[in-house]
Amino acid sequence: MVTYFLQNLINALQWGSFYALIALGYSMVYGVLMLFNFAHGDIFMVGAYIGFGVATGLVSLASMGALALPNWLILVLTILISMFLTSFVGMIVERVGYRPLREAPRASAAITGLMIGIILETGNLAILGARRVRFPTLIQSTTYNLGGVFVTNKKIMIVVVSIALMYALHLFVRKTRWGMAMRAMAFDTVVVPLLGVPVNNIARMTFAIGSALAAVAGILFGVAYPVLDPYMGIIFGWKAFVAAILGGRGSILGACLAGFLLGFIEIFVVMIFPSTLRDFIAYSIILLILAFRPHGFFGEPYSARLRL
Amino acid sequence: MPLLQINNMSHDFGGLRAVNNYNLEIEPGQIRGLIGPNGAGKTTVFNLVSGIYTPTEGDILLNGQSIVGLKPYQIATLGLGRTFQNLRLWRHMSVLDHVKMAQYSKISYGLLGAFFGTPKRRREEAEIEEKAYGLLKLVGVADLADQLVVNLPYGDQRRVEMARALATEPRVLFLDEPTAGMNPEELIQMMEIVRLVHREFGLAIFLIEHRLKVVMELCDIIQTLVFGEVIAEGSAEEIQNDPKVIEAYLGKETIL
Repeated sequence: MVTYFLQNLINALQWGSFYALIALGYSMVYGVLMLFNFAHGDIFMVGAYIGFGVATGLVSLASMGALALPNWLILVLTILISMFLTSFVGMIVERVGYRPLREAPRASAAITGLMIGIILETGNLAILGARRVRFPTLIQSTTYNLGGVFVTNKKIMIVVVSIALMYALHLFVRKTRWGMAMRAMAFDTVVVPLLGVPVNNIARMTFAIGSALAAVAGILFGVAYPVLDPYMGIIFGWKAFVAAILGGRGSILGACLAGFLLGFIEIFVVMIFPSTLRDFIAYSIILLILAFRPHGFFGEPYSARLRL
Repeated sequence: MPLLQINNMSHDFGGLRAVNNYNLEIEPGQIRGLIGPNGAGKTTVFNLVSGIYTPTEGDILLNGQSIVGLKPYQIATLGLGRTFQNLRLWRHMSVLDHVKMAQYSKISYGLLGAFFGTPKRRREEAEIEEKAYGLLKLVGVADLADQLVVNLPYGDQRRVEMARALATEPRVLFLDEPTAGMNPEELIQMMEIVRLVHREFGLAIFLIEHRLKVVMELCDIIQTLVFGEVIAEGSAEEIQNDPKVIEAYLGKETIL
């Protein structure tokens, strides 16, 4: 029984890592700019595909003998290059979709996000066609048996990389001047520029970081579940969005904890109930939590400027 | 050369002329006041100079350089600081963080410095903190540095806002109703602080006030703005006795 529980705990940690990494992007944008970037789930999808492209390219270069790269190095390079490229997708979305609507009603900005999401999905369909692609195998799965609990090297890697990135983001927000500007913008966007802070740069940076994290989530997802399709971002996006709200507006710790919590609830519901009931029960539980903590775990209960 | 010079500035909101043909010259070290009834356009003048709005007509020179069309953060970096009528503080950030944040453009350590605590970061952080504490001490809230501003009494919040504005190292400081909502005791303390920072930094100060007592006591020259137009400009005494000002404030047939 204990091993069964621990087994599921590890699965939940992996599953929660994806939610947490994506939730961070939602939460940061929501915190800093007071808007929901509903295209974020699709940026996760784009990140996964960019990762697929980069990894496939690097693998074929390596197999042609042009580059002598071990697979683990290919994975590291794939993650770094994809973070870089996907951050530009985020910055373009901000510049084209959201900046012109900075002063518009929030509902307009929300709709913009939905439309950009559809454009990204169908754009992918148009470019790559209606077929699923297979993420190249970069890590040979090794399973360790720890007293009856089976842990794969992939799972360890996914959880460790995710937590390391979350911690790095925490340091960024706490310790750098850009992070400090982001925290200040969460309260007010009128004063911050008058203190000499270029707010558009900070907004752009917020989108870039969120998108880069989503790209990592996409690649890690590809490592664990190698089949990608253009609509993979929708349901993941919605669930990560739930995690972001549950964590509390703009709270990094909150988004991470809520992401993991979502993973736990989903996995443990399946331990007890038939898997067809998974989301039904899991999200009923979340709804109940929100009823008691409407501002999420770490959200500050004050009248937000959000008008949606 | 005046530190701040505004020539024939006008601004329209849609078809409404909010500010009409406004002129101002502030010399270094001067304290000037702007009074006028509600809706006269006083805050609009502040917003135009600080770059939140761009004037429809006219020119604004800060230290001889035109700042029309510049972004607010650029104007701030050129030496314009301001406070707000309705205290725009960041409720759940600490007092110290407010004043540190205002030194944003002076921080030069980057990502690596922040993550690995390089000597440069340590040095800059120490400088910034020292300066922040100095300013908080000046306005009398140094002992509250670690508090969240949301927990501070109103008068102290005003002091924090003042310290934050000073941390940007302005040469001209705009104060939008610095004594709004204050009780008489807080009011006297705030006037002391305005005098103090004026003396300490040799700042030019431009302030909006509703309370005539405050402007009369603090300001060298006062302008009266009514419906976006300056109807009178002069010393406290001249303004007090100007029939147009009395009319704007009290109506035409006064019993005074």
